Amino acid sequence: MTSLLDIQHLSISFGGVKAVQDVSFGIDKGHIHAVIGPNGAGKTTLLNLITGIYVPTQGEIWLDGEKVAGKAPEALALRGLSRTFQNLRVCMNMSAIENVMIGAHLQLDSGLFAGLIPSKEARTRDRKCRYEAAALMRLVGLESHIRCHASQMSYGALKRLEIARALAARPQVLLLDEPAAGLNRTETAEIDEVIRQVAELGVTIVLVEHNMKLVMNISDRVLVLDHGRKLAEGTAKEVQSNGEVICAYLGQQHEDDPTS
Amino acid sequence: MTIEPRFRGLLVLGVVVLLLPFALPNSFYYDVAIRIAINATIAIGMNLLIGYTGQISLGHAGFLGLGAYGSGILTARFGWPSMLALPVTAIGTGLLAYLVARPILRLKRHYLAIATLGFGIIINIVIGNEAAYTGGPDGMAVASLSLFGVEVTGERVWYGLAAGVLVFVAWMMVNLVNAPMGRALQAIHGSEIAARVAGIDVAGLKVRVVVFSAVLASVMGGLGAHYSGFISPASSDFMHSIELVTMVVVGGMASVYGSIVGAAILTVLPQVLGRFEGWETMVFGLILTLSLMFMPRGIVPTLRLRLVRSEA
Amino acid sequence: MFVELLQFLLSGVTIGSIYALVALGFSIVFNASGVINFAQGEFVMLGGVAAVTLVEAGVSLPFAVMLAVAIAGVVGLLVEKLAIEPAKDADEVTLIIITIGASLTIRGMVQVLFGKGAHVLPSFGGDKPLRVLGATILPQSLWVLGTTLSVVLMLAGFFGKTLLGKAMLATSFNKLAAQLVGINANFVLFLAFGLSAVLGALGGVIIAPITYTSYDVGLMLGLKGFIAGTLGGLGSGYGATVGGLLLGVLEALTAGYVSSAYKDALPFVLVLFILFFFPRGLFGASLTERV
Repeated sequence: MTSLLDIQHLSISFGGVKAVQDVSFGIDKGHIHAVIGPNGAGKTTLLNLITGIYVPTQGEIWLDGEKVAGKAPEALALRGLSRTFQNLRVCMNMSAIENVMIGAHLQLDSGLFAGLIPSKEARTRDRKCRYEAAALMRLVGLESHIRCHASQMSYGALKRLEIARALAARPQVLLLDEPAAGLNRTETAEIDEVIRQVAELGVTIVLVEHNMKLVMNISDRVLVLDHGRKLAEGTAKEVQSNGEVICAYLGQQHEDDPTS
Repeated sequence: MTIEPRFRGLLVLGVVVLLLPFALPNSFYYDVAIRIAINATIAIGMNLLIGYTGQISLGHAGFLGLGAYGSGILTARFGWPSMLALPVTAIGTGLLAYLVARPILRLKRHYLAIATLGFGIIINIVIGNEAAYTGGPDGMAVASLSLFGVEVTGERVWYGLAAGVLVFVAWMMVNLVNAPMGRALQAIHGSEIAARVAGIDVAGLKVRVVVFSAVLASVMGGLGAHYSGFISPASSDFMHSIELVTMVVVGGMASVYGSIVGAAILTVLPQVLGRFEGWETMVFGLILTLSLMFMPRGIVPTLRLRLVRSEA
Repeated sequence: MFVELLQFLLSGVTIGSIYALVALGFSIVFNASGVINFAQGEFVMLGGVAAVTLVEAGVSLPFAVMLAVAIAGVVGLLVEKLAIEPAKDADEVTLIIITIGASLTIRGMVQVLFGKGAHVLPSFGGDKPLRVLGATILPQSLWVLGTTLSVVLMLAGFFGKTLLGKAMLATSFNKLAAQLVGINANFVLFLAFGLSAVLGALGGVIIAPITYTSYDVGLMLGLKGFIAGTLGGLGSGYGATVGGLLLGVLEALTAGYVSSAYKDALPFVLVLFILFFFPRGLFGASLTERV
């Protein structure tokens, strides 16, 4: 298997609740893999497992040939994993550009003592980091916010800021947890465009999303979860016509919501 | 954000420090200035922990007391030279801070507050009880400082030493705050999980900041002890910890110059309040409560914001 | 041997009851707002000092007690209105310092008005010690235990059965949800401060005949009550009560069997120990942060 990220029989339970049960799938380099499913299906939990926030009770995760299940988020960041959060984890006490620069932290020379008495190279590197952060902000459509403070920005703008921060890490794999959650029509279209741009850069993406149009148009493969289990996996077309998937989302056939 | 603004502040500080002696009429004022410098240095270290990294410490006077008594006991009872006693005490304090930091920093918010508070009070009680070493509640005399065999006496010399240390520490801190490390610390305050996901070793960094601020408090506590020639357990009690935190909070969180301003105010205030016989506690309490209600971010950040707004 | 142990237990439970009342006060305010009110100990002090002053001015004991508790309650309400409410959105550290500022203001005011002297309140039921299984107990201790028990039962009834009590509980579980169903969260906080002040003052009044009362007893009592609450878990009323009694007993045992000098260190050593292993207290629920 030439998968960059390989999930094998991953499971986790919280008390009696089996949030994720025996999920396996693989993601190839440069691909976009969407994870969809009704609310409560375990999509965010799956993402939290992959990014080290939860430790699985069973199963294994392979990243670039290395076993990484249960490693802390900091360690995974070192190995090229980067993510955004469903309910926005932005540092509201810092400026927009500083938030993005945080994403690049591992690439800069750090250490308590290095900071106390800086060198010329360190300062040059920092300046370069700032330029690159500004460029990333332009990429995600936040050009007008480059001089803003995080506390002054709208929810939609902050969502895009998080993506810029995640990109600053130059990740091998980028995991986006419901980037369009809480956004209106216009903002959703804007963020879809951003994700398209990012995909064009060749970044490997795992995308948890409810917006079916985006998912179907952009994904190479789609994984459907329901009640913590893998319901289906395949190309967008295959998954769309899968009877079980339709059932899970819409209930019985004759109770179809005609507007969906 | 170019380099200029950052060094502008340090330049002002340097000029003030150099020119101040010409404005000080007598020994009393020199004494206050020296105490301000010592307190300001401690406050800057604490601000790194409280203002930038967003942690709470209600027991920092404990580290100060350890520094004062450590150096005091080693010089007075064991005859060590102060040049050795100070750093050895600092290392010891740092080790203790390292040991307790990791488990304590797993706690959040008010649990962290009560744990740090408990730590400080325990140290205070031990100092007060072990009279054989510490002289008990009545305190003990401390020898004067000697550096490289030369005794450090005289208000001007002490002023030079204290102010020099202050400017040096302020310079280091301004550098740190503008470095990736400074951003990392603020990120911990902003969102620990976001910081972790970006690869920042949050737990390790928090410990390192505690150790740094503890060692700083210890060294300044030791210097203060040698300067006064006398120490008492009061230097490590809860009220003193609160005064230190107040310097940080009232002066301005996440602001190096804020800590200096806060230290100046809090050092001078008791002298001013001394006139209000019996009213000191109440006036202090009122000033504290009111200033934080009207300027919750502290003096320097609030002034800075007003300046920015008026320029806009 | 047994008699000695019983003696320590009795005195421990007596002071523990006061810690329990203080802890309950902390708990109520914390639940309503997440604020740790460092001025809680000063309400205890206010109760004792006000009662003493009123009695010395000629007011009858029962009336003085009720008035003192009422005064403290009013002060509590004032603190909330004047110091806490305007600062609602401030940083946590800032809020802690504000409550400390309030506590210093109260202590300072009492110092100015009543001086630094220590005063003793007359006992409620006489001074003749009673003998229980060989140990002696003051009638006042029985008053302490009885009052605390009644208060705990009344609080349980208040929070469990009355609409207002349930509204306060709802606010503590989820402030936004409570507001959405029409509960005025600000009013709940206002009441919470008043209630916790009353509890604290009651504790101060009933213990005053046994230990002296003066302008500075608030600090240590407040800290120990806070620790008792932390031990039991601040989210739980039962936890606060058990924590208080436990702390009182352990303190008495330490003073009796180990060392009187270090008895004051015990609560702090204990809280550090407990927090290392039970970061949410003995009865507090463990929470997982939703990411």
